[in-house]
Amino acid sequence: MNELDAALTIFAQEAEELLTDMENALLALETMPDDNETINSLFRAMHTIKGSSGLFGFNSIVSFTHEAESVLDKVRNGERAIDAELISVLLESKDHTSKLVEHCLTHNDEPLPDELTIASERLIKQLTGRQVTGMQPSDVDDANLQSEGGGEISVDDNWLISLDFQQDAFRNGMDPLSFIRYLKTLGEIKQILTVAPEMPAGEAMDPESCYLHFRIAFQSDASKQTIEAVFEFAADDCDIKILPPNAKIDEYLKLLDAQDESYVNRLGDMLVQVGALTQRDVARALQSQVEAAETEASGKPLGEILVEQQVVQQPLVEQALKKQAQTKQKLAAEANYIRVDATKLGQLINLVGELVISSAAMNLIVERHGMSDAGDVAASMNALVSSIRDTALELRMVQIGETFSRFRRVVRDVSKELNKDIELYISGGDTELDKTVVEKINDPLTHLIRNALDHGIESPEQRIAAGKPAQGSVQLNAFHQSGHIVIQIADDGAGLNSEKIVAKAIAGGLIKANHGLSQPEIHDLIFAAGLSTKEQATNLSGRGVGMDVVRKNIEALRGTVSIDSVEGQGTTISIELPLTLAIIDGFMVATDQERYIIPLSMVDECIEMDPSECDIDEVQHYINLRGQVLPYLRLGDYFHNRRNHTSKKRESIVVVRSGQDKAGFVVDELHGEHQTVIKPLGKVFEQLKGISGATVLGDGNVALILDVQGLIQAAIKDKGRAMPRPSSQRLQ
Amino acid sequence: MGVAIELKQQKKGVIHLAIRDEMTIYSVQEQKLQLSAYLKTAKEAQIDLGGVTEIDSAGVQLLMFLKREAVSQNIKLSLTQHSQAVVEVLELLNLSKHFGDPIVISADWKSS
Repeated sequence: MNELDAALTIFAQEAEELLTDMENALLALETMPDDNETINSLFRAMHTIKGSSGLFGFNSIVSFTHEAESVLDKVRNGERAIDAELISVLLESKDHTSKLVEHCLTHNDEPLPDELTIASERLIKQLTGRQVTGMQPSDVDDANLQSEGGGEISVDDNWLISLDFQQDAFRNGMDPLSFIRYLKTLGEIKQILTVAPEMPAGEAMDPESCYLHFRIAFQSDASKQTIEAVFEFAADDCDIKILPPNAKIDEYLKLLDAQDESYVNRLGDMLVQVGALTQRDVARALQSQVEAAETEASGKPLGEILVEQQVVQQPLVEQALKKQAQTKQKLAAEANYIRVDATKLGQLINLVGELVISSAAMNLIVERHGMSDAGDVAASMNALVSSIRDTALELRMVQIGETFSRFRRVVRDVSKELNKDIELYISGGDTELDKTVVEKINDPLTHLIRNALDHGIESPEQRIAAGKPAQGSVQLNAFHQSGHIVIQIADDGAGLNSEKIVAKAIAGGLIKANHGLSQPEIHDLIFAAGLSTKEQATNLSGRGVGMDVVRKNIEALRGTVSIDSVEGQGTTISIELPLTLAIIDGFMVATDQERYIIPLSMVDECIEMDPSECDIDEVQHYINLRGQVLPYLRLGDYFHNRRNHTSKKRESIVVVRSGQDKAGFVVDELHGEHQTVIKPLGKVFEQLKGISGATVLGDGNVALILDVQGLIQAAIKDKGRAMPRPSSQRLQ
Repeated sequence: MGVAIELKQQKKGVIHLAIRDEMTIYSVQEQKLQLSAYLKTAKEAQIDLGGVTEIDSAGVQLLMFLKREAVSQNIKLSLTQHSQAVVEVLELLNLSKHFGDPIVISADWKSS
């Protein structure tokens, strides 16, 4: 790859990321149209694409993005309002930009195809056409701004102090006069207004209660902190507001501008740092923010509260917010990301795997030769190796949130197309899993979501008739469960119609009329290949097309998919995937001299197989574990076809769990925890049941890693049979 | 404390009072009761503040109260003979205009 190609690849990647960000930002704006940060990120996306396209001479992109950028600049400056219509046009513009980028990357020598040119022109017209009518008055009421700072006695270079004493002030030993006298020592009282607006008339007036309020214009070079300190003792009995002089604003603005940009400060902290606010002001504003949040649904931003409480002027808050945004932006730009070739990462993880194995070998030798002084060194190296292992694996972990949020667009577009009102809810977006898995799960997820939108959720009329809200909802959720990640797609639609599925399955020859299937088994039928042809899907109220493909894809990732549906209430599809870590914490057991690894996360407990304590049914293959039926499997029997048990031998049961299912594996020896590097088995062993991989032990021997889920199923099946199956079927 | 308020003169609804005590949180309760009672009987009232040796915020507040009560009851209230303590506080709080009474400053009080 020459330099230009490398640069183009980076351009392509960057453009794609920016456009994805842009789409997310636009969709976010639909719910929060006033979010400045989001609008800024939109602008930046267009601006950056324009800039880098210019570098490569992609003029068609430059001229188009320039228009979009100008419109966004207007939005950013408050000259143009952003509404649903503009968002739609911008979404289209985003798609169009993506097409332009693709064209420039692949056929840059050729002129722009007509359809792209026409689309460019149309979009530019839509983007700029409403410019005149869409203008909003940009000059915010100046008079208003000033009066906020002023009150009745606004004098430019004076502090404005307002003291509203509470009724108990006298009784608590306060004499407002003394504070005012003290204040005089710090500067000059230019004007003072003494009022008692709340003083009752006649008998109701209690001369020992304080009704006095003061408004003071005060000229002084003292800092806000110093002035506030004058009233420190009165703070509990007096509502104090100190507004800095307008003349000081310039100074504060300069200070704000010069603030450290190496980290993002909170608004309050910034204003305290420059001296425009004191800690007490901030604490009080925060307090009223909390109180407001309790009574009202939406809390006001801190800046607004500060201005309302008249402790700081509007321009200062604005400047601080601007500074904050700038800092954030700068930090985001500086965020330390570095692109790494995935194969290099793979290599590193392999090497770490080898390191884990050789560290195990070293431990073995240290133990074998009883070198106690080397033991400490080995132990600390072990700890290091496992943290290297964890860090290396984390490199490949990504949050699933980004994948999830792409579906916002899908849901938006499909629901428009289908004339349905559907909202997508996302949770657990911060759940991490291996990047390769994330990439491969995208297609099945798209399929399932489309199905939920198309077949699952009814039209608004049908929903209202069924007594549901007109807006349907689809929920995407991800969470970790016993070493697996579970992704759920839940809708509140019509659910699966069992009768129709059964009818179709019988017609398709999948089951017999007297099938005797349970409800979950019937739902499971939609994954069958025979039910997935097109004409059946249109008749079927539930899901149809390609569900067998979905299942195949998920199983290829060593995952499982299950369905849970209640007719009329909705359907939830759960996908359970392994984290596909190359290295896992394992639990080593042995039976018949063979060692096996069980993923530690799936081990519940280990108990002794003692006939006197647990109720063992040797024929049905289950034990009574504290009142629960626990099917069990003798690993020796399963893998070695061992028939005659020498029951004198001491045996243990390892209780394992996968999802809701539990089973016990009967083994001869427990070896305990063991860091396990998964080595995939070759093609030859792909069909081997009950084994998911192998690992090399420290002494060079190989141990098999158990496919716990498969074995649990085998144990459950075994339980139902009186006679063990012939061995030929077990080791296929 | 004895007689905090001295009734100097009372005729035809015109009343002359003199406050011969401090006007502080310790005395305002009593002073308010007495002054309010006197005000009820008067059309015009004059309060001599010459004897007020000390005045605090509660005292100022009481004066503000009296003024307001008087205005609401259509009584012509004037404060006279402001003592040094009173003048100092009224100036500090910029209240002289509020009461609108001529303040006579004796030639020697600043130096005292």
